[in-house]
Amino acid sequence: MSRLHITKTPKCYVGGAFIRSESARVAELHDSSGAFFANIPQCTRKDLRNAVEAAAKAGPGWAKRTAFNRGQILYRLAEMMEARGVELAEAIALGGSSKADASREVAASIERVVHYAGWTDKYEQILGSVNPVASAHFNFTVTEPMGIIGIIAPDDAPLLALLSLILPAITSGNSVVAVASTTQPYPSILLGEMLATSDLPGGVVNLLTGQRSEMLPTIATHEHLRALSGAVNAAERQELRLGAAESVKRVRLLKAEEPIDWFAYKMQGVEEIRALIEFKTTWHPIGA
Amino acid sequence: MPAAKAPTSLRRLFDEIGTVDHVGIEERVAKYTTRSIKKKSKVFGLRLAVTMVDLTTLEGKDTPGKVASLCQKALTPHDVGDIPSTAAVCVYPAMVKHAKKHVGGTKVKIASVATAFPSGQAPLKTRLAEVHAAVNDGADEIDMVINRGAFLAGEFGRMQDEIAAVVDACGKATLKVILEVSELETYDNIRAASFLAMRVIRPNDFIKTSTGKTSSNATLGNNQVMLEAIRDHFLTTGVPIAMKPAGGIRTAKQALHFLTAVKETLGDEWLNNRRYRFGASALLNDLVRQLEKERTGTYQAPWNFSDATEGY
Repeated sequence: MSRLHITKTPKCYVGGAFIRSESARVAELHDSSGAFFANIPQCTRKDLRNAVEAAAKAGPGWAKRTAFNRGQILYRLAEMMEARGVELAEAIALGGSSKADASREVAASIERVVHYAGWTDKYEQILGSVNPVASAHFNFTVTEPMGIIGIIAPDDAPLLALLSLILPAITSGNSVVAVASTTQPYPSILLGEMLATSDLPGGVVNLLTGQRSEMLPTIATHEHLRALSGAVNAAERQELRLGAAESVKRVRLLKAEEPIDWFAYKMQGVEEIRALIEFKTTWHPIGA
Repeated sequence: MPAAKAPTSLRRLFDEIGTVDHVGIEERVAKYTTRSIKKKSKVFGLRLAVTMVDLTTLEGKDTPGKVASLCQKALTPHDVGDIPSTAAVCVYPAMVKHAKKHVGGTKVKIASVATAFPSGQAPLKTRLAEVHAAVNDGADEIDMVINRGAFLAGEFGRMQDEIAAVVDACGKATLKVILEVSELETYDNIRAASFLAMRVIRPNDFIKTSTGKTSSNATLGNNQVMLEAIRDHFLTTGVPIAMKPAGGIRTAKQALHFLTAVKETLGDEWLNNRRYRFGASALLNDLVRQLEKERTGTYQAPWNFSDATEGY
């Protein structure tokens, strides 16, 4: 007996809930053969603003978790992705990647999650320090998360690039608002579903789909965002830098117009974490 | 409590003033949140809301220093953007004389809760003495709590006599009568208490929803019941009564919803701070934050507005 096809309404993962855009706008997504696949929410600057509020709410609690617990939760995310790996690969293949390439991207993505799950309780030992000073002080430097980070994912490598940008931020206790690939948004929709079942507190990662160009001005100027991290083209880099200057945001942008090898080993590691933390140095008097 | 099972005194009152259509009220207020208020009208509404705020601190840990900074915030909510001062500061009676030093002689009035706030469970003599003390120290407005015990027991005469005694004690000070709606339990009771209070207070005295000290505070529904009571009272007697929702109004968006309710229920005559107030502490910062967003075109971070943000 033939069954009625159950179609899916893709929704964005914001504040731990699955939302459609407040604008109620959607754009049709087609697979590589041109057939209709689904309607993707077209998020607006207002959705972005709401996502920042959600990130602000979730951030302090996430940062206060023990490093070990953050690691456990990230590892749980890898478990969730592993179980739905085939579905993720199909989502990536919608954009025209071969099945083999898509599977390779999923595998690399899961490994990247595990990589950062391992870093959560280790980066502090490497980045923090006890500093020699010529006075009766114990002087030490510790790291703190910056706050809310704006992530702008490139169009290519819709899962691996997005995760490579998000993970180093949340590893240290930041929360993020991420704008997913404009042309290949569906993997981010699936990622949201996996984040929701990974014990990650709602609001720590917020994923928006839609036209990057519509959200860039707001993500550049929103004063509540403390840093921007992404891969964008030259014009977008200028726009983001100009907007970020007003609120003195840290900006860390890769060149999307040049090929980026997201699979490369250098695309992960403690330097990525270092880029999105603040250092705090304390002078503690010691007995004379 | 259905009207049929209510005490005789309450039933007699409902025969006079009518009961509340619960579902109708809920439906009505749900519509207020759907109005599209943008750009110029938004700025108008936000600025109006700022001028209506009774900036409040009612905590056991209040100090003269904390009241001083509250007064500064009320006078100058933000250092840029030409933001108007608030309507009043609202403090405990012991803090009135400290507030007087900072806002005395300015547009910002001093409101003081009195009458054994928030419970009202003290002898009438003590409660009146508190009102006298606050007024003598320079309070321009007195926020009293009604005797909910008397109301729920059906002793309306006693409840009204006590309000009338406080009216006398106030002298020139404006009176705000707190019904503490969460303890009245039904919309019918809120309407009844509103009418009982309105009949003994003076024109432009206030009825107020809550103390802010119980779990449930001002909601659009409670607000609407009281606004409609004010409207019905005004249409039959010609006496205008002012309104103050308090507690739980934290965001600029909520404030605009409440103002929409005022505009659509009572009209422009009530859209000023002599007839409508917000009792709030956190609201002011969000109003200023949204006004700054409209002025600069940029979404603002909370740490620019004296908010505790834990580094986020």
